[in-house]
Amino acid sequence: MAETGRLTRAAARAPMVSAVVLLRAAIILAVLAVWELLAHSGWLYRDVVPSLLRIVGALVELLGHADFYRNLGVTLGEIGAALVVGGLSGLAAGILLGANRFLARAYEPYLYYLGPTPKIIFLPVLIMWFGLGSESKVALGTLSCFFPVALSVAAGMRGIDKVLIRVGNSFRASTWQMVLKIYLPAMRHPIINGVRLGLGVALIGVLLAETKLSSAGIGFLIIQAYSVFDMPRMYAMLIVLFVLAIGANGLVGRLGGLHRIRH
Amino acid sequence: MTDVAAPATRRAGNLAPAAAGLGSLVAFLLAAEALIRGDVISRFIVPPPSEILGSFYRIATQEHILARFLLTTGECLTASIMVAVFGMLIGVIMQRYKLVQMACETWVAALVSAPFVLMYPLFMVIFGRNSWAIIMMGFISGLPPVILKTIEGISGTRKVLVDVGRSFNLSPVQQFWKILFPAALPTIFVGLRLGLIFALINIVGTEFLINFGGLGQLIEDLAERYDLAGTYAAICFVILVSVLFFIALEKVERWLRPVD
Repeated sequence: MAETGRLTRAAARAPMVSAVVLLRAAIILAVLAVWELLAHSGWLYRDVVPSLLRIVGALVELLGHADFYRNLGVTLGEIGAALVVGGLSGLAAGILLGANRFLARAYEPYLYYLGPTPKIIFLPVLIMWFGLGSESKVALGTLSCFFPVALSVAAGMRGIDKVLIRVGNSFRASTWQMVLKIYLPAMRHPIINGVRLGLGVALIGVLLAETKLSSAGIGFLIIQAYSVFDMPRMYAMLIVLFVLAIGANGLVGRLGGLHRIRH
Repeated sequence: MTDVAAPATRRAGNLAPAAAGLGSLVAFLLAAEALIRGDVISRFIVPPPSEILGSFYRIATQEHILARFLLTTGECLTASIMVAVFGMLIGVIMQRYKLVQMACETWVAALVSAPFVLMYPLFMVIFGRNSWAIIMMGFISGLPPVILKTIEGISGTRKVLVDVGRSFNLSPVQQFWKILFPAALPTIFVGLRLGLIFALINIVGTEFLINFGGLGQLIEDLAERYDLAGTYAAICFVILVSVLFFIALEKVERWLRPVD
């Protein structure tokens, strides 16, 4: 009976799903058609909107070039390092603030208001501190990533079910055991949410720093393409970057099991 | 006696963390001053805090800080209004038409993590090197979270509230303004705060990168002139703008929903 109900529901959903696919296809086609129209209309400056064929050509050329992968490796390395350093320090700060009300009330307002500040403004200072190489980019990414992780973890820590904490205490768990067995598993979703946000802002921080002052990385390649007005190549790199950013974000969410949460 | 003393003790208890926070900040600045003056930290990398404090007046009078402050704030405000209006409008339309929501919501969610800021060369080509390129950068990057949270907020309205509206024979417009919108407001504000963070990052970031406009450009200018104390002071001004911006947002949120 339950099986029949499920089948009926599936059958009822089927036309909706195909309508969704059709609508998606229609939107994609419409966007591509408008793009192509703009490319050939002459309404915008020449090459601002290059034809799709030229973008695809640039994309193929880009993906077949070893230099692109070298620069991609540099950017991914910087983002990875920023995520590790910023994420771990944010996690530690978040746990500390979440566990201690006094510390939270003393220092969290500073984190709360410094969090949304655009971190790119610290780049001149970070260049002074860490030099022109990858270190300053990693530092900017770290600074960007730290705040969302710390704030999300602190809020998650305060939201842990008190029963779980009492269970841990009743088993006389040590501080480390409490962190590893109770706090971290219970805070999985806030941590993953913080890491997702942190990843987004670390990515922006690192790439912005690369576009400003760098000799390697995807940000550097993009600004190089712009300086010679090679728009198809610039679009190709933006496409690759958007796909990578969206994919990485989805992957972090999937690893944390966020896709299984029903709101 | 105890009853009279209790509120005073509570007040003192409330002030203690704030005093500790502020005290730590002052202690940090004093320690930095001592370390820099003692040549433990090079003053050519970090200027003494007293020098930074002294340069506030200088950059305020010589670098047209008020005009720059107003320009950056104006760009942020314009982008915020556009993000709020268009984000909520698109969110409401998507929530109203389920097919559109099912087709596009995952795309919008994916765009939250997209690095729009790298499109600034493109925006400069389309809009020119002016404030509109910067505002549009902020607008585009702030839009996805507001759309998503508007959908989530309206979809999450308790059924009993919607039924109350129906029982009063409210028109769809009344139903939206009297029931759905107030119920969705807390969630929408979560999206707005996120969207405005992204908008602010992109606006000041673009100003800094293209060396145009308000406070972002000032930081870039001062850094290029190697005016370290001025650079640090300008950074403090941007932090101030950011703090004021989000305090104002909180006030608007409280004004719109006075009862929690």
